Order: sequence, then structure tokens, then C-alpha cells
Amino acid sequence: MTSGLDRAVDAALLTDDGPVGRRARWRSVLRTLAVRPGFVAALLLVLFVVAAAFAPTLFASHDPYATAPVDRMMSPGTGGHLFGTDELGRDIWSRVVHGAALTIKATLIALGIAVVAGLTLGVLSGFFGGIVDALLMRFVDVMLAIPSLLLALAIVTALGFGTVPVAIAVGIGIVPGFARTTRAEVLRVKTLPYVEAARAGGASWPRVLVRHVLPNSWGPVAVLAVLDTGVAIIAIASLSFLGFGAAPPSAEWGTLISAGRGYLVSAPWVPLLPGLFVAAVVLSLNHISKTFQELER
Amino acid sequence: MKRYVLSRLAQAVGVLFAAFTVTFAVLYLLPSDPVALQLGAAGIETDKLTDTQLEAAKAQYGLDRPVAEQYLSTLGGFVSGDLGTSIAKQQPVAGLIGDRLGPTISLSLAAGALSLLVGTGLAYLASYVRWRPARLVLSRLPSLGASFPQFFIGLVAIQLFAFQLGWLPATGSRGPESLLLPAVTISVLTSSLLAQVLMRSFDETLSQPYVVTARAKGLSRAAVQWRHGFRNAILPAMTILGLLVGLTVTSAIVVETVFARNGVGKLAQESVLSQDVPVVLAIVTLAAAIFVLVNLVVDLLYPLLDPRIVQLPRKVAVR
Repeated sequence: MTSGLDRAVDAALLTDDGPVGRRARWRSVLRTLAVRPGFVAALLLVLFVVAAAFAPTLFASHDPYATAPVDRMMSPGTGGHLFGTDELGRDIWSRVVHGAALTIKATLIALGIAVVAGLTLGVLSGFFGGIVDALLMRFVDVMLAIPSLLLALAIVTALGFGTVPVAIAVGIGIVPGFARTTRAEVLRVKTLPYVEAARAGGASWPRVLVRHVLPNSWGPVAVLAVLDTGVAIIAIASLSFLGFGAAPPSAEWGTLISAGRGYLVSAPWVPLLPGLFVAAVVLSLNHISKTFQELER
Repeated sequence: MKRYVLSRLAQAVGVLFAAFTVTFAVLYLLPSDPVALQLGAAGIETDKLTDTQLEAAKAQYGLDRPVAEQYLSTLGGFVSGDLGTSIAKQQPVAGLIGDRLGPTISLSLAAGALSLLVGTGLAYLASYVRWRPARLVLSRLPSLGASFPQFFIGLVAIQLFAFQLGWLPATGSRGPESLLLPAVTISVLTSSLLAQVLMRSFDETLSQPYVVTARAKGLSRAAVQWRHGFRNAILPAMTILGLLVGLTVTSAIVVETVFARNGVGKLAQESVLSQDVPVVLAIVTLAAAIFVLVNLVVDLLYPLLDPRIVQLPRKVAVR
């Protein structure tokens, strides 16, 4: 469970916590990071997106909705427009930065649904076993039999369009994976000696569940959550690309790329640069989760 | 063996039935006002109708019946091959889907073949090559391929091969050359997933004792990898075949929209946009049926390729 990073921190913590100890701790963390420049770059990009979601004006000087017909279709890098401008003269970089808030919001809703529902299903199923387990797992099997994008389409048809319905649809689509992973972990942890010891010590089942089983089984779930963040961002962007997300003047990433499609011939940067940004964010998230998995081994 | 086949068959039918039920529940129970949603697809605004007009409109589309009755009649229709009537287009859904099945089937087959070829080839090379930099690049390629959104890959492919180089048509569904770009776009994702699973499988297989034995008796590395490694490593990859086919089908929705191909995927996108409930229900059920069917075939083929599988349930039953 302990990652290499944690271990480095733990090792440093064991030493005297004076100024020297603190410096040693930082040095060992830095050393772990220094051999993984890709991980650092990925982490920086993800942190940038999160920061942009909360304070977009820090990173983008232009108003994402302000049209300037004179400056339309400027290529990237000219006139202070990093990603160029679109058909109405709006600064594309600003639109991408401001779009981060919508994407982060949608991703958090989707992951929240997936983690809460997945943990609940998985814990109930793994902990109680028997009929509860059989019923819940058959239900999960059925959900897995409907390709998740199609289930999402059905949900969006029922709920209507917009960022929140799309986020809900994507969240429900990734619940089965979380339920299965949690169940497997709970089944593993349930048989460990310390659970038996806690029971023998007189702890009630709910207490054992909350104090001993849950904290020890959510590690792989957390890794899955990081990995599925990338999956969720792709799914949300795809659904809004198909036209089910926030309506056009809004700067949601998928909507942005979809609206720019018409200018692929004359101004390829209008759809492609935002697309490249989304790809870079997903790639970073996948790399982070992969590094975590490698460190855990 | 007969019991195995029958139980798998019953399981497949059960899962398909449940998938239909879940989709029906999502479409008919989740909306706050299912009647307004469905009538909206027909261009009728429910708040502008008088009560009698509303009743007439509901009766016309069979929406005045209780949900349970609608469920049973829809289910009965699906079993007998009647997929209902599109509300937006006023045509039988089966005909709508049938007309557009061709381009999607050829796209899925092309993408599937390409993914098998590229995914297997990549994994095979990655486990055979000894030169470290090449090995590193090959083993990192799949996670790179799985990170790009498909609509982005499609747009880049159009820009590069259609507009810049002018080699292939950008859009449309006519002729084999219009098939290439969409098929490649889909297979970037599917072949990456296949390669990831196969690479892990190769790693495990090539560290087995029988591989060491084969090497020790003097077989070359190439011969060992082909005769002992490949055939054993490919088995676990079969279990994700259903997933890959499912992905190919769902990818068609995004890819057909990007390349303006007139297939079922594009129909799905249009139907969701017009909130045409019967068409969405039929397409989701159809996709689930394909997924279930592929998994059934894999389940039935598996014991033929790996006889150990059938032995397992019997042992459990004895205990």
C-alpha cells in the first residue's frame, strides 16, 4: 500500500524532526521526483488545470466570451494570442483556461458518483457475501453488458443536455469498475488477521467495517479513481463533442472542439489546439496513475 | 460439455433481457416527464395543447398506457423483431437501423481486423525486441494510444491525410478508401488496449518453466516465442475480445460523427439529439446484444482452445 514516495517521507519522518531532519525529508522526496521528470511534468499540468478551474483570470488575460471581429482567425502566437483566435476573434487559450472549470466540475461529479456508488456496492457485496453479493454482482454484470458510452447516451436522452446530465451519465457508466475493485479488495482484507483480531477484541461488525476494512481497501480504488479521471474527461469531452454537453457559446472543452470543427481546413488550430490540450491532460493523468501503480509494487 | 453450453446460453439470454430492462427503465422512468420528452421528439409542445389534444397525442404514440404495459408490449415487439416506431422520423426503427447497418458493419470489421493485426504485432515485437530503447518505446506506445480522445485523433487524421496530403477523402461512406481513416481512428484505441493485455500475457508466459525447457533443448528464441509463447499468451487476450468489439461499436458513434459517415453510430447521435426514445432504446439493446453474443462465442470457444476451463466448474460442484 505504501508508495515509494510515502516510504521516503516515512523514512525521513523517523529521523529527528529538527531543521536537519526536515531538510533530509525534502531531499529524499525531491530525489524520488528527480528520477521521474515525466511524472513532475504531468503533475504540474494537472495542478495547472485545477488552479485554472478556480482562478482562470490568473492564467488568461482575455475575456473568453468577448468577440473582436477585427482579430478573427489569427494564427497561434500572433498578437498575444497563444492558441490564436476563433471565427469571432475570441482568444482560444482563454476559452480553454476558462473551460477548465466546467470540465473539473463535471469530472468531480462523475467521479463522486462512481466512488460513492462503487464503494457502497463493493463493500456491501464483499462484506456480506451470499445472496447480497450474488444479486449485486449480477446487477454489475448487466451494467457491464451495456457499453458505457451507450448507457450514457440513454441517460442523457432521459435527463436532457448540459454539463451536469453528461457528468451524471459518465459517472454511472464507470460505477461497475469501482464496485468490482472495491469488492475484490474487501474480500482480501476481510480474511486478514487484524480483522479477526478486531472481531475477537469485541469490535462490532460496523466498527470493523469502518475502522479496519474500509481504510485498508481503498488504495486500489484511489488508483482507479486517478486512472478513471482520464477516462471520465475523455467521455465528458466526447459527449459534449457529440452535442449533448453545454450549449455553444459556453467554453466546455468538447463543445469548443466541436464548434471549431467547421474551420478544420481554413484554421486548423481552432479545433486542434484545444484537442491537444485535452489529450495532454488525459495523458498526464494516465501517467500519474501508472507511476502510482509502479511505486506500489 | 452440454451443460456448460446450455448454462452459458441461458446466462447470455438473461443478461440481454436485464440490459433491455435497465435501458427501458432509464428511458421511461428517469425523465421527470416522459410523455413531454417523447412528444417533444415529434415536435409537439405539450404545454401548448388543450387537455383533449394532449390525450389524443398520447394515445397516438401509445403513451396513455401504464408504463408496465408499455414495457411488456415493447419487450414483446423486440422478441418478435418489431423494434417500434421512431417518434421523430415516423418510420419503423428496424428499417432505420437496417438502412444504416452496412457502413457501420464494414467500419467495425475493418477496425477490428486492423486492431488485431496492430495490437498483436506490437505486443509480439515488444516482447521479442532486446534493444532497450526500442523495447521501452514499444511498451509505452499503448498507453499513449489509449490517452487520445477519438474525436481528436479523427480530426488530426482528416487534417493531415485529407487536407494536407490529399491522399484520402475527409468524409463520406463511399468506397474502401473512405473506410481507411475512420478504421485507423478506432483501432488506435482498441489495438492499444489489446496490446496492453497481450504484453502482460507475454511477460507471464515467457517466464514459465516450459519456455525455459524449450530454450534448454536448443530451440531458438524466435521459435520459442512463436511456438510456445505466442499460442499460450494469446489465450487470456480472448477474454477482452467482447470488450474490444463493444468498444469498436461505441467508437463508431463518435467516429461516424467526425467523418460524417451515414451509419448506425451517426443515427444514434442524431436520435439522442432529437431525444427519439424508441430509436435510442433499440440501438442500446442492439449493442448490448452484440456484446453478449461475442462474449458467448468466446465462452464457448474457450474450452476448445483450453480444455482446462471445463474441468473447473465440475471440481467446484463436487466440493
